[in-house]
Amino acid sequence: MTARLPVVEGEWIDRSRGVPFTFDGQRFEGYAGDVPASALWAAGVRVLGRSFKYHRPRGVLSFANHDVNTLMQAGARLNFRADVEGLEPGMALTAVNTAGTAARDGLRILDRLSAFLPVGFYYKAFHRPKGLAPFWENVFRRVTGLGRVDFSTPRLATPKRYDFADVLVVGAGPSGLRAALRAGQAGARVVLVDENARIGGSLGYQRGGERRSRDTLVELEAAIAALPNVSVRPGTLAAGWYADHWVPLVDASRMTKLRAKAVVVAQGVFEQPAVFRNNDIPGVMLASAAQRLMYRYAVKPMHVALVLTANAEGYRAALDLLANGVEVAAVVDLRQRADDEAAEAAVIARGVRVLHGHCVFEAEARADRLVAARVCPLDDSGEPRTSHAIHVACDGILMSVGWAPAAALLYQSGCVMRYDTAVEQFVPAKLAPGVFAAGRVNGVHDLEARLLDGERAGAEAAAWAGFHTDPVPAVPGLTSTPSHPWPIVGHPGGKNFVDFDEDLQVRDFLDAAQEGFDNIELLKRFTTVGMGPSQGKHSNMNAIRILARIRGQSPGEVGTTTARPFFHPVPLSHLAGRGFTARRETPVHERHERLGAAWMQAGIWLRPEYYREADRPKAECVRAEIRAVRSGVGLIDVGTLGKMELHGPDAAAFLERLYTGRFAGLKVGMSRYGLMTDETGVVIDDGVIARLADEHFYFTTTTTGAAAVYCEAQRWNAIWKLRVGLVNVTGAFAAVNLAGPRSRTVLARLGTQDLSRDAFPYLGVRETEVGGIPARVMRVGFVGELGYEIHVPAQYGACLWDRLMEAGREFDIRPFGVEAQRALRLEKGHVIIGQDTDGLTTADEAGLGWAVRMEKPFFVGKRSLEIIRKRGARQTLVGFELDPGSSAVPLECHLVIRDGEIAGRVTSVLESETLGRTVGLVFVRPELAKEGTRLEIRVDGGAIVAATVVRTPFYDPDGARQEPEHE
Amino acid sequence: MKLLRCPVNGARPVSEFVYGGEVREMPGDACTDAEWADYVFNRSGIPGVKIEWWYHVASGTWFLAKRDVAADHVLQTWLPGEEVPE
Repeated sequence: MTARLPVVEGEWIDRSRGVPFTFDGQRFEGYAGDVPASALWAAGVRVLGRSFKYHRPRGVLSFANHDVNTLMQAGARLNFRADVEGLEPGMALTAVNTAGTAARDGLRILDRLSAFLPVGFYYKAFHRPKGLAPFWENVFRRVTGLGRVDFSTPRLATPKRYDFADVLVVGAGPSGLRAALRAGQAGARVVLVDENARIGGSLGYQRGGERRSRDTLVELEAAIAALPNVSVRPGTLAAGWYADHWVPLVDASRMTKLRAKAVVVAQGVFEQPAVFRNNDIPGVMLASAAQRLMYRYAVKPMHVALVLTANAEGYRAALDLLANGVEVAAVVDLRQRADDEAAEAAVIARGVRVLHGHCVFEAEARADRLVAARVCPLDDSGEPRTSHAIHVACDGILMSVGWAPAAALLYQSGCVMRYDTAVEQFVPAKLAPGVFAAGRVNGVHDLEARLLDGERAGAEAAAWAGFHTDPVPAVPGLTSTPSHPWPIVGHPGGKNFVDFDEDLQVRDFLDAAQEGFDNIELLKRFTTVGMGPSQGKHSNMNAIRILARIRGQSPGEVGTTTARPFFHPVPLSHLAGRGFTARRETPVHERHERLGAAWMQAGIWLRPEYYREADRPKAECVRAEIRAVRSGVGLIDVGTLGKMELHGPDAAAFLERLYTGRFAGLKVGMSRYGLMTDETGVVIDDGVIARLADEHFYFTTTTTGAAAVYCEAQRWNAIWKLRVGLVNVTGAFAAVNLAGPRSRTVLARLGTQDLSRDAFPYLGVRETEVGGIPARVMRVGFVGELGYEIHVPAQYGACLWDRLMEAGREFDIRPFGVEAQRALRLEKGHVIIGQDTDGLTTADEAGLGWAVRMEKPFFVGKRSLEIIRKRGARQTLVGFELDPGSSAVPLECHLVIRDGEIAGRVTSVLESETLGRTVGLVFVRPELAKEGTRLEIRVDGGAIVAATVVRTPFYDPDGARQEPEHE
Repeated sequence: MKLLRCPVNGARPVSEFVYGGEVREMPGDACTDAEWADYVFNRSGIPGVKIEWWYHVASGTWFLAKRDVAADHVLQTWLPGEEVPE
């Protein structure tokens, strides 16, 4: 049995290509171009799915991407929308939300129990007795849900695409096509998108049994195809509107983020269902769904139809049915008089019975199939007179009673909508700048008027985007009203559905209002109307009409809920892109890799934490690295440090303002520690500032602080306007620290620089050559040994590393990583900003008061530090030494406890082999900062270990080892 | 995504920019501790047209923007030291 029509002009199916598939285990065959719903309907299948709550049988409703009851599972693919997504060969489709198959759903009993499941029942029941809540949750989880997730599904990362347009036209129906044509003729680069597989919109299927609309479509298609500057993209959804016309375009394979100068919204309208008892039975469908079935998929939607209407489109749909061999048993018109006499006359001329002032009171089903409709006349107050009911046998009912604008993008752009009683529809009242509405979403319904309205919007959008075009006059007014203000019929038996996603009946709205949820936002949340996957596209308008009647207001006064992006469901795989986490490597990276570096993240940089050795645990490797630095020579890559170059007559003055210390008197060829505070006096960064010439400084920042320091320094000078040039050369220089008693000997082999104490003192800086490479060499002491920080242009970084390693080979030079460096500096009592300080630590609290020169007229943070000094410190960073033989070693962030209260916090800790004891830094209350104070530290598990406050540095307090004599 | 007009580089997506806060006058040396604390810690949340610091990260350009923060509408942008365009 097949319901395929003979070839229909403009059909979307390719009859030469059969597509076999299965549904709930049964074999079927459709055509390429079919959607599962059309192929199944053609095969005579009427139950395509089950409703969410009552498990009622459901067929097709719209073919417009809101037939939620025909969501299917296609293998691992969930939420396959059978009303719009293309059928693929070999698909194994199953109905979701069923116990068994769609045709034989074990849970259909719920329909009989619906009286016990009123709206909001889950808010009220199942909470008591308390202990049973998990049981009920379990039950609900089993009987609800839309499909089964296959957790072995591979992760799909979908790269985004980016695009630009002068004018984006959303919707390729008559008004959208005309808008795109007009904007394209004006010279604009136009992108025209339509969510359907083919363009044309209602021109393709609302034909009224005539050729006119089809011919118009063919003409427009040809005209647009002739314009190379108009890109036509069917199967593409404009999923939302974001600031400055940034619109995600979603197609089957990816998301394209498009930036437009102007946007024309010509998305049309959603046809709205009439509400009567059993309006959900398979066979009851929107008129536009029947028309789509016939003209897109060449499927005869039914044999005998009843058309329920309240507008001219209903009559035209009846003519479409007749043109395709469907018998029309009756046209039932809710209105006492039709306002489009030509269409009505054409229907009557075909011998069809027209009943004015009648409604469908209920649909009748047998074995899940529609068999008849009970039609009643309406009395003067619009109520059905059931005593005068007539029986009309039919296997299909078309609903053509009104429309709701597809205005989601307009709302998102900030458009103000108003309810227009001339069209009984919300229409744009005030559009956002650069956004234009055209066609039925704009309240323009007659075909000729829509074409003109598209022309106008296209011209306006092109002009907005900067293209010259003559203005187009506004379109003439309406000749008929397309929507009925009250397409709703009460029934004592209920089952008159408003929302097909959530199985909401008219009674549910009355109950919700009775409970006090009579504001549209509250009503939405209590009833969940419009919260299903179709997001109210077929239910919001009727919900608003019902609430308006309950409250005695107009729909405009009730207002609408917010339509958020995305406009239709978008697969998560489209959103999951590649990670774009920045990662930087130093110029010496590859050498570390070869040496077996264990990598760690330092800001966006990768740094060697330590160098692995076969069969040696991490701790031992680190200890070996420390030993090398303390007794021989070690080499560490410090290329991640921020590096800044500062030139200009005001360079020293600039640094004096930016840092807490003094730099005006710094001699050329010398460097000095620099500490930076923010305006609140909190320590934010530190580094070494070297003077290369009177008006030329080179300074370093912390690895993670480089970008922020550069940014902030630039901002300050935008205010100060000092004569300086600041360049961030972090990536342009490689840098290593050669440290240890043997460092001088190693360095001496590679250059001519006199490295004696007098010629190159501690904190000296020299521009020289190392191994033939031009270098800036600074004598630093971060790790507490004689050491040289060598900066060379980045391209020589690896070469420098090789030459130093080669020169140091006979002294067993050893590369060391961040872990060893942290230990070495801690032995020396040096603070790491960000490790030993936090977002509230002032210079004094961190024990860095010595680097702050309050006698300067100004530096960033000075005024705050003055106030803080008056007030006194709240905490002080001091060194501690753990009692020998302690049961455990404290970790960072373990707390100091005194009298049961928190009195401090450990910031760094080290079991030092060099010192033969465990030492660390700890914040304590100022009264506990005195040398010799006993501290109790609570470690993991709650045990208390004892420690003593000691002076720092722990290692080499006089700095003797930083001098070359120590070799 | 919003566009912002850098006075040097033209309109760029807002993801290339960092917000630098409302432009506020630093109080002079004679200010009281309370006035200084107010300057350092308090920010005005009153909606309206404000002048703000913005930073174009890619080019390292600080500039000023006059923005209606209630409507999130940027009225003008200019470089510090330039005359405020009217």
